[in-house]
Amino acid sequence: MTVDRRKFLKIAGLSAAFGLGGKTAVDIFAPGELFASAGSAVPVATNQKKWAMVIDMKKCLEEQEKGKCNQCMAACHRVHNVPNFGDNIKEEMKWIWQESYEHLFPSQHNEFISEDVKEKPFIALCNHCENPPCCRVCPTKSTWRREDGVVMMDLHRCIGCRFCMAACPFGSRSFNWGDPRKAPKELNPDFPTNMNYPTRTKGVVEKCNFCDERLGVGKIPVCVETCQNINVHALIFGDLNDPASEIRKLLHSRYSIRRKTELGTEPKVYYLI
Amino acid sequence: MTFYDRGTILPGLIIGLCLFLSPFIYNGGKAGKAPVPELTPKAKEAKQCVAPKPYMTAWHMQLLDNWRQEVVREGSRYFNANQDLWWNNQFDGQLLEKWRRFITSSDASTPGATGKTYYKSLQVTCMECHSNKSKFCDECHNYLGVSPYCWDCHVQPKEDKQ
Ligand code: SF4
Ligand code: SF4
Repeated sequence: MTVDRRKFLKIAGLSAAFGLGGKTAVDIFAPGELFASAGSAVPVATNQKKWAMVIDMKKCLEEQEKGKCNQCMAACHRVHNVPNFGDNIKEEMKWIWQESYEHLFPSQHNEFISEDVKEKPFIALCNHCENPPCCRVCPTKSTWRREDGVVMMDLHRCIGCRFCMAACPFGSRSFNWGDPRKAPKELNPDFPTNMNYPTRTKGVVEKCNFCDERLGVGKIPVCVETCQNINVHALIFGDLNDPASEIRKLLHSRYSIRRKTELGTEPKVYYLI
Repeated sequence: MTFYDRGTILPGLIIGLCLFLSPFIYNGGKAGKAPVPELTPKAKEAKQCVAPKPYMTAWHMQLLDNWRQEVVREGSRYFNANQDLWWNNQFDGQLLEKWRRFITSSDASTPGATGKTYYKSLQVTCMECHSNKSKFCDECHNYLGVSPYCWDCHVQPKEDKQ
């Protein structure tokens, strides 16, 4: 049984009389029930897709060693009109970027770690967390997790409070300090680079959207497609709920890690190392 | 009865009145002519819009607002006037009434009432035909004194300066 409205009010009244409050009161008068009514954070879906990404860092690093591959990042930023504001780190706009192993996996790092990963540039993007703290803090519900696992932004509604940026433990979000269309022309000669995709305005937060606009018409994310096109196949995208999907098979056969799992956000970007 | 300060008040009143009336005098008492949206050859050739013309004229802003909601929130990206319009409008009493009147009128046979499916996108679908934003959108919006902020983010088509 769960705590219904009537019972909750009774408990609230009773606890007010005893000077108790909130969760403590429910714990005393109806132990265990509040949790049950709050439900599980990870819904058990049946027919529902659950998009996720696997990054095979072996293949990625091999390619990076050959030459400075930045194809996935360039493609994403090109199709989503993400401008380059230059070297000022505060104004950096990024949906997908590179970061050293130590920075992405601080708790997995140790001083004797293998040279294979030490200070190596890993690929980072929004993890589309199953339990996203960014969405919990957004006061306008501009950012929320869709049933298919994509953590979306409704840029029509974002008020630019940047709570989500403070809440995201992965630095996945960028704030538009200025109008992206006024980004320095020498760095962005043909901005907007994709005439079929909007830009943003000053004062909103943006991040990777798992290429929602492409998923909607049956395509895979552009970074994944680009990596396939150059025959590297380091980025793999698919449905976690489908046991026959390529990503499920990879996760089954190879050892994978995710970023900062100790925080309980349940990232859906997996790294094979 | 004495009229204090009549030397200042009376001219002041007259000047004030003239200023207030100047726009009416300037326009000769006639209302400015309402602009008619201009169709590009491509739009003319298409013959039909995503929904019937009278509906689009009156309610394009609601349609776009619905599209934005459905695309961003529900991930639904295709639109078919026959299937979708009725359901969208169920929740808006006034709109529903208009629509009901419309489909029972002879206008319902105008082009656009037929069921072609479109990709829901202002920037891609609408502006593909109506690539003359300054003539098709702006003139009317300026006349009515509305300034929709769609174009702060959505990229408008490049127009040849005439
Ligand atoms: S910046 Fe925008 S998306 Fe982030 S919490 Fe504030 S309103 Fe929500
Ligand atoms: S990585 Fe950050 S922005 Fe992305 S879902 Fe998780 S908390 Fe939110």
